[in-house]
Amino acid sequence: MRIVVLVKPVPDPASAGERLGPDGRLDRAAVPAVVNGNDEYVLEAALKLIEAAGEGEITLLSMAPTTAPETLRKALAMGATRGVHVTDPALAGSCAVSTATVLAKALGELEFDMVFAGIDSSDGLGGIVPAAVAAHLGLPYLSYAARIEPDMSKRTVRVRRISATGYYLLEAPLPAVIGGTQALGEPRYPSLKGIMAARNKEIVTRSLADLGLDGASVGGAAVTTAVLDNRMPPARAATEIVRGTPAEGATRIVDFLAERRII
Amino acid sequence: MGPLWVVAEPGAEGGLARISAEAATLARDLGASTGRDVIGIVIASDPAAAATELATYLPVVWAIADPAAAEHAWSAVAAGRIAALLAPDGKDVPEAPDAILIGAGADGRDLAGAVSALSGLGVLVNATSVTWTDAGPSVEMSVFGGKLITNSGFTGGRGIITIRPNVTTAVAADAPGRVEPRSVAGAASLPAVKVVERVSEAGVQASIEEARIIVAGGRGVGGPDGFEMVEQLAEALGGAVGATRAAVDSGWIPYSQQIGQTGKIVKPELYLALGISGAIQHKVGMRTSGAIVAVNRDADAPIAEFADIFVVGDLFEVGNALLEQLRARSG
Repeated sequence: MRIVVLVKPVPDPASAGERLGPDGRLDRAAVPAVVNGNDEYVLEAALKLIEAAGEGEITLLSMAPTTAPETLRKALAMGATRGVHVTDPALAGSCAVSTATVLAKALGELEFDMVFAGIDSSDGLGGIVPAAVAAHLGLPYLSYAARIEPDMSKRTVRVRRISATGYYLLEAPLPAVIGGTQALGEPRYPSLKGIMAARNKEIVTRSLADLGLDGASVGGAAVTTAVLDNRMPPARAATEIVRGTPAEGATRIVDFLAERRII
Repeated sequence: MGPLWVVAEPGAEGGLARISAEAATLARDLGASTGRDVIGIVIASDPAAAATELATYLPVVWAIADPAAAEHAWSAVAAGRIAALLAPDGKDVPEAPDAILIGAGADGRDLAGAVSALSGLGVLVNATSVTWTDAGPSVEMSVFGGKLITNSGFTGGRGIITIRPNVTTAVAADAPGRVEPRSVAGAASLPAVKVVERVSEAGVQASIEEARIIVAGGRGVGGPDGFEMVEQLAEALGGAVGATRAAVDSGWIPYSQQIGQTGKIVKPELYLALGISGAIQHKVGMRTSGAIVAVNRDADAPIAEFADIFVVGDLFEVGNALLEQLRARSG
């Protein structure tokens, strides 16, 4: 079983230091990068499937700046087999259209039964790249996965897709692209052995030229969207701290809700 | 000058999703202020009901019947039809739209990604409002967990916009519009994904993304039994139940109710936080709520810095007193 997991280094949401640079792009040097949260959940799901099958391999695929291998090592330490790092100065400032085009092209060079992606990333929150990658490749896309069950003998995969009232059971032939959520289950911490092993795991670097793409058709020179301006949100009023008996606290809440016409 | 398209996604019970009614209302206002036609599009195995409903918001709705939508995941079917409508060399191709508006729900995001790949159109996501400039749409978004507000545009002047839930209130038009059945030749088809079964689970909570009021519980709630207090308050206020990742990971409440970095981003009128410390991973999911009221025993909890009202106290004691007062008011 061969699984490719798309991995995005994102600014650490816990740092709370994200900002835009003067060019209106995310200032990636301003905050430490971590593996996108939802990507860790799909990687965990991939590791469990490989362990249950007793065979298989996981390739991480990341389109990211040159510093990404540090972030990829953590995902390798969780147990992935190898990494492919697509990086090129021309890719700085890429929009979602370019990102999907480049990832699809890079996937075209890899052999896989399934591609896993986090359903969205904590920095962009668009949740559109996995669907776009699947459409580029002409592969089925099964999204919002809470459970992933491939049947390698029948060459199909079943996915529980979270719905408003429960779930849909989806089925498609392999190969397929799957977008996964936190409902797949808590990701493991890398073991010391895993961290040691990750140091020697292969990370292949691919440039746009290696993929047969040029910097005029994708990346920063071909953006479809641009930030026009930005501003800070209006500051919230100072917090009113209420101490006293439970009844007094409740009364203040009720009065506040009535003032705001919420009740 | 091209029209605006609103692609409606199916609702839970076969009708129109509320988010699509909101997107339609936003598009109608935008059309009126910029002099653009607005066209609603419904793609379903039997589009009649949803199209009629969408026509209460928009002057023209195209109803596209596609039997494949009955037993297959909607977005791939719909994306093929939309891409065919956009194809420059297709037959019977309508005037190209200046913007395609889609709700930013699960189906809408899947659709936006697929149509973007098939058409090359850019996507601006999670819009909180849309205005128009000489260079095309200007889309307001809240980024970095609500720390910054940006306005963005399309370099080509046109593209796809996903609309965040709850940023507009759905309001019907003065007069209902007309539904036009439409066929689309040469649908650019994506591989279909079969829906084997649609399963409703008992105890599924109201959707937090569409809720006007959310009562949420965190680690301080202490366990599944503690969530009864959260649920009772939600019921008394007519709201939905939300939770932090800690509460979800502990198995006290399903993932569908999780708010925050790996859960949902919500913007209700009222966010009542019980036993929630307000760590950044949770804060990014709710900081843009209209009013934030917190009850927590720990006066030093980070939520004290961004709540409107912070009641220092035991959530069960304050919660019970609150329930009593709310019930007295409504009774």
